[in-house]
Amino acid sequence: METARGRASSKGGLVREITYRQALNEALAEELARDPNVFLMGEEVAEYHGAYKVSQGLLERFGPKRIIDTPISENGFAGLGVGAAMVGLRPIIEFMTFSFSLVAFDQVVNNAPNMFMMSGGQFNIPITFRGPNGPAHQLGATHSHATESLYANAPGLKVCTPATPRDAKGLLKTAVRDDNPVLVLEAELLYSSKGMVEPPDEELLIPLGQAEVKREGSDVSIICYAQTVPLAIAVAARLEEEDISAEIVDLRSIKPLDEVTIFNSVSKTHRAVIVEQDRPFCGVGAEVCYRIQKNIFDELDAPIMRVSQEDVPMPYNERLEKFVLPNADKLMAAAKKVCYA
Amino acid sequence: MQRAEQRDEVEMLALMLLIRRFEERASQQYQAQKIGGFCHLYIGQEAVVVGAVAAVRDDDYIITAYRDHGHALARGTSANACMAELFGKATGCSQGLGGSMHFFDKKNHMYGGHAIVGAHVPLAAGMAFASKYREEDRITLCFFGDGAINQGSFHEALNLIALYKLPVVLICENNLFAMGTSVKRSTSLKQIVDRTEGYDIPGDIVDGMNFREVRDKLSEIVTSIRKDPHPAFVEIRTYRYRGHSMSDPASYRTKEELEKYRLDDPIIRLRAQLTREGKLTNEQFDAFDKKAKETVLASVKFAESSPELPVEKVYNYAYFKGPIEPEWKRREGAPAPKADS
Repeated sequence: METARGRASSKGGLVREITYRQALNEALAEELARDPNVFLMGEEVAEYHGAYKVSQGLLERFGPKRIIDTPISENGFAGLGVGAAMVGLRPIIEFMTFSFSLVAFDQVVNNAPNMFMMSGGQFNIPITFRGPNGPAHQLGATHSHATESLYANAPGLKVCTPATPRDAKGLLKTAVRDDNPVLVLEAELLYSSKGMVEPPDEELLIPLGQAEVKREGSDVSIICYAQTVPLAIAVAARLEEEDISAEIVDLRSIKPLDEVTIFNSVSKTHRAVIVEQDRPFCGVGAEVCYRIQKNIFDELDAPIMRVSQEDVPMPYNERLEKFVLPNADKLMAAAKKVCYA
Repeated sequence: MQRAEQRDEVEMLALMLLIRRFEERASQQYQAQKIGGFCHLYIGQEAVVVGAVAAVRDDDYIITAYRDHGHALARGTSANACMAELFGKATGCSQGLGGSMHFFDKKNHMYGGHAIVGAHVPLAAGMAFASKYREEDRITLCFFGDGAINQGSFHEALNLIALYKLPVVLICENNLFAMGTSVKRSTSLKQIVDRTEGYDIPGDIVDGMNFREVRDKLSEIVTSIRKDPHPAFVEIRTYRYRGHSMSDPASYRTKEELEKYRLDDPIIRLRAQLTREGKLTNEQFDAFDKKAKETVLASVKFAESSPELPVEKVYNYAYFKGPIEPEWKRREGAPAPKADS
């Protein structure tokens, strides 16, 4: 974690504090400038500058040939991206939110990841699907989907979930360069959050499948990603007041999953809580939990706990929504329970 | 690379014969249980794809639905590679990983073989988008059945294709039945071509039992598109002699209807035209037929004697550049990584 403003990067440049939104914008601009086969397509990405302003200024810089507004036709333009990738372009397809990717589900899970297998390895699909994912604030059931477990379930897709501006920039750039379909699930509530990022003249690539320990601790491993990372950091401070030292493991990528970092952390703390923004049934936490108990059962001093959404469609009412979402109180209780505190 | 825009008619007749004999042999091999899954035969429709291929360049893109054996053969994929694919062998055009519905041949610009009805029409939009993006004069031929025209992906793609003025020829192979449901029972229009009016795409109706009519209409369209990229739509009226798939006895239509179309057989028709004009003798025709039968018989032998991919290779086809999760090997009982402290 970066804490000091203006400190030197490993290569000597000055790190700066920028927003998650700016970090994504820089990643897009750098990749568009680097490779003429890269283009950005989606609803309102050009003239409106993106529904969340992630593509601000890109139309002016790269022109309408490469920054392309679409009609509201997610299935159509997601499929267009897959077809363009079949013949060598490297599309970045923006979903205004991943809740809307559900109308393009067939293209994302049936065409993009299956092409390589069913063509006997002749057609790989170098495409990036990106956009905000996960519950935001009082958007109601249709606009609050956390889609990571749905997409991580499809073989052939890679899924990452950055929580900080640095991770957002580094993971998106890596995704664009990957020769497979990659989903960059951005955290809707974190677009305006700030963090330290290397200067623009330093190439920042963060590999898919590498988790990061965001805070070291010794008593319990809190495994989290995307919007649950700041939640875990806040809870860790509260746990510290009760003499419980929490280690925070940010998965960063859901698929591929960095088992080694997870196992190393849990082997040290012997206790694990998984806090995820998605639904409990067949959620990301279920898979992580399975892998921990399967591989390092003897290291565990307590059953693994999961904190997730409640298993109901998202209500609009603010108080009810807060109840349904993972929150600090639920995470505190789970962490204390595994520590028998 | 570029051939004459119109190819030798006798050669095209021989190609139609090859497709006919291939499908007959595939039917026999399916009944002998050498071929698994679903198998949809093209018998009766040969003049559609051969007429279209005769009008385009070798490097134009071709993409189709699941009744795809004829398209691959017409594109130049060998009978050996096609039969081996049906047999699931490593020497198949998709290495035995795609099967009957997923024939791919990148070298010959055959982009599949797509089995979700209508889902490949957006892919065609993407391929044509790439041609325009790279300022190439390649044209995309997108084949689909009458069943596809009521799918959402078809409509979204048509709007995008028209909006972006993409060089796509949309070829509706209207064989009157979507599986067992006749066009009259599936579509709210008197004629399918009227669908294009809603998208401002020029449309034509073509007799698909007449090779020359298909080729000439396609040549006219292709010449126009090469001058200035734009979409076009042709409803090609054809008939499949067999059921929807091998398991379909086609009890939803009468023997009389089938006989009526058999009398108008596309191969007999072109043969009669060429004979009348003194371009083909009976002996030559018989020699072509004999050669087609021998080629297909040899393809069965080739398929039978070909190897299958070893099972462990399956992991190489989930992601380009190999498995992304080396831990799949570690999952069962391997030692867990230990922390230092």
